[in-house]
Amino acid sequence: MLKIENLHVRVAGKEILKGLSLDVQAGQVHAIMGPNGAGKSTLGNVLAGREGYEVTAGSVSYDGQDLLALEPEQRAAAGVFLAFQYPVEIPGVNNTYFLRTAFNAQRKARGEPELDSMQFLKRVREKLAVLHLKDELLHRAVNEGFSGGEKKRNEIFQLALLEPRLAILDETDSGLDIDALKMVADGVNAMRDPARAFIVVTHYQRLLDYIVPDVVHVLADGRIVESGDASLAHKLEEHGYAWVAQRRVAGAA
Amino acid sequence: MNPHKASPQMATQPADLAFAARAQPESRGNAAVEAALNRRYDAGFITDIESESLPPGLSEDIVCAISERKGEPEWMTQWRLKAYRHWLTMKSPQWAKLRIAPIDFQAISYFSRPKKQPKSLAEVDPKLLETYDKLGVPLHERAKLAGVAVDAVFDSVSVGTTFQKELAAVGVIFSSMSEAIRTHPELVQKYLGSVVPQGDNYFAALNSAVFSDGSFVFIPKGVRCPMELSTYFRINAGHTGQFERTLIIAEEGASVSYLEGCTAPMRDENQLHAAVVELVALDDASIKYSTVQNWYPGDENGVGGIYNFVTKRGDCRGPRSRIVWTQVETGSAITWKYPSVVLRGDDSVGEFHSVALTHHRQQADTGTKMIHLGRNTKSKIVSKGISAGRGQNTYRGLVKVEKGASGARNHTQCDSLLIGKQCGAHTFPYIEVKNPGAIVEHEATTSKISDDQLFYCRSRGIGAEDAVSMIVDGFCKQVFRELPMEFAVEAKKLLEVSLEGAIG
Repeated sequence: MLKIENLHVRVAGKEILKGLSLDVQAGQVHAIMGPNGAGKSTLGNVLAGREGYEVTAGSVSYDGQDLLALEPEQRAAAGVFLAFQYPVEIPGVNNTYFLRTAFNAQRKARGEPELDSMQFLKRVREKLAVLHLKDELLHRAVNEGFSGGEKKRNEIFQLALLEPRLAILDETDSGLDIDALKMVADGVNAMRDPARAFIVVTHYQRLLDYIVPDVVHVLADGRIVESGDASLAHKLEEHGYAWVAQRRVAGAA
Repeated sequence: MNPHKASPQMATQPADLAFAARAQPESRGNAAVEAALNRRYDAGFITDIESESLPPGLSEDIVCAISERKGEPEWMTQWRLKAYRHWLTMKSPQWAKLRIAPIDFQAISYFSRPKKQPKSLAEVDPKLLETYDKLGVPLHERAKLAGVAVDAVFDSVSVGTTFQKELAAVGVIFSSMSEAIRTHPELVQKYLGSVVPQGDNYFAALNSAVFSDGSFVFIPKGVRCPMELSTYFRINAGHTGQFERTLIIAEEGASVSYLEGCTAPMRDENQLHAAVVELVALDDASIKYSTVQNWYPGDENGVGGIYNFVTKRGDCRGPRSRIVWTQVETGSAITWKYPSVVLRGDDSVGEFHSVALTHHRQQADTGTKMIHLGRNTKSKIVSKGISAGRGQNTYRGLVKVEKGASGARNHTQCDSLLIGKQCGAHTFPYIEVKNPGAIVEHEATTSKISDDQLFYCRSRGIGAEDAVSMIVDGFCKQVFRELPMEFAVEAKKLLEVSLEGAIG
């Protein structure tokens, strides 16, 4: 589904990703772990199409098409979703209105019929129930005055509603207490599907106790330095990222 | 009136001459861009109708000629002359944060009207009806807006007013100012200039001398006006100015909601719209005045567009009266206006809700004045300024609490939104308080549509332009809520088209 080959990315003149390769199949959950500054958030932003990220080499193919050639809204319509590490506030814009606009814009781009407000509201209520969220979330402005936890839950709500085929979760666990973390994980697990893939970017192993990944990658200094199954996350937790760096030095020697 | 006989000095010209000049290919010569620009200002067409105009220039003779064309009584002519003589002693004010090319007052024609003068709506030239149809303000019996009475002002004259009979049945007078001067001289004489005196300011004095038409509204004691009243101002002829004069009176316990809309064709010249609007609210009366201003703003290089220099003031003359101004200003090359309220009656309330948008090279210096004279008077100001392109947007507001205004309260909220890097937002709040018991609050914010907000929307599938509209709409929500429903929808659409191309 997603094939990243030898990706090099510069941000403000500084090379952050230095030859990252990654192959994600439909139905899989990949976890990307790594120390601060390794390039984890850069990966999510490049895949979603944020400006200011200059791809100097490499390729990203999504369902056989060149993902990097698409505008952010085209990527969204093609089924790519980024759950933000820091969701953005949009004062005065009603959350439901925002979601319906996004939802219908995507459907329109795919040539599917748009939903009217009643149909949409029905869908919204279904998803709210699954995620155990309160109605009140819908009546507020997008992320305005939301607590950190509410913002993250709102991201997962959007994920559930928009049903993307490739979801990238950028440190969704940061700043969440254990209850909120479980809720987020439940939301993601409920959406696991043979046709859908997840890339879960996280700093800590904790989230992966609840969302059990198929593959764990360690991202360090701009490339994947280690890949393995879910047990790799536990090893990392035990030994810290320094352990990976040491292994690399040993490997190189 | 027979124009041939009556007008040795009246020039008759087909109004589309200016359009022929406008249609010359310009050096840019990019058809797609031109098309996009033309689409952006939907109201930019010219009605090909024969008009008769006074020759350009301003003098006592011209002032008298205007008065004569309108068949005015002698007192009105003298009132105008007094204003004109006063104007001659005044200088154009320089204090606004605006760059204004010098105005040649001798190059403007002060009176222009369609040649055929209808006796009633049924006789109005079909081309005129078509014009208003195109602008979304149908006038004819079959299609007229439900629940909204419309006075249509075309260049210098009112071409028709709908629902007059229905309104008269409840005692409401809704007519053009010209008609009111003839039919209700005692009311006009009593109230005209009582809120904005002839010598109030340079442009108000000019208006008092040469005003052409506008609306007159009188709501008698205890009457709630049964429908929305609205005036649609249209400038059509080239090289003319429009000098609107509107007067609204709500007697004791009366209430009315009034709306005005404004458009003009796209022309390379700057045209002057210098209006005076006076509102009088007696005891317990309430007037809500809403404006959706969409005068031609000029092109992206700042060529052409309307100079919108307006004096609007309401007088809460009686206790517990209330005046609310709501404005959405998207048009005009330059907007210079401060709809104000004099809170004279005890417990009276003044409100000002404003959205002003400047794009390309547009400039706006707008805000309000709240003058607290009576006890326990309250005022509220919500101003939302949006600047895009190279637009310059200034909020200028005065809150003045006089000595006797014990218990006065004001709350001002003044927010600016910047789109892009070349625009400007400026805030000049003036606060003068002479009563120690007054409570005056001022809040101001300036924000930008951030790349983060834009990316967030786009990553959810919303295109950049739609995202900007959505963010701007959210920013303006507080003001749009104050507009009557159908105009809120129009205002929202207007902002969308006015912002096209703001994200590059």
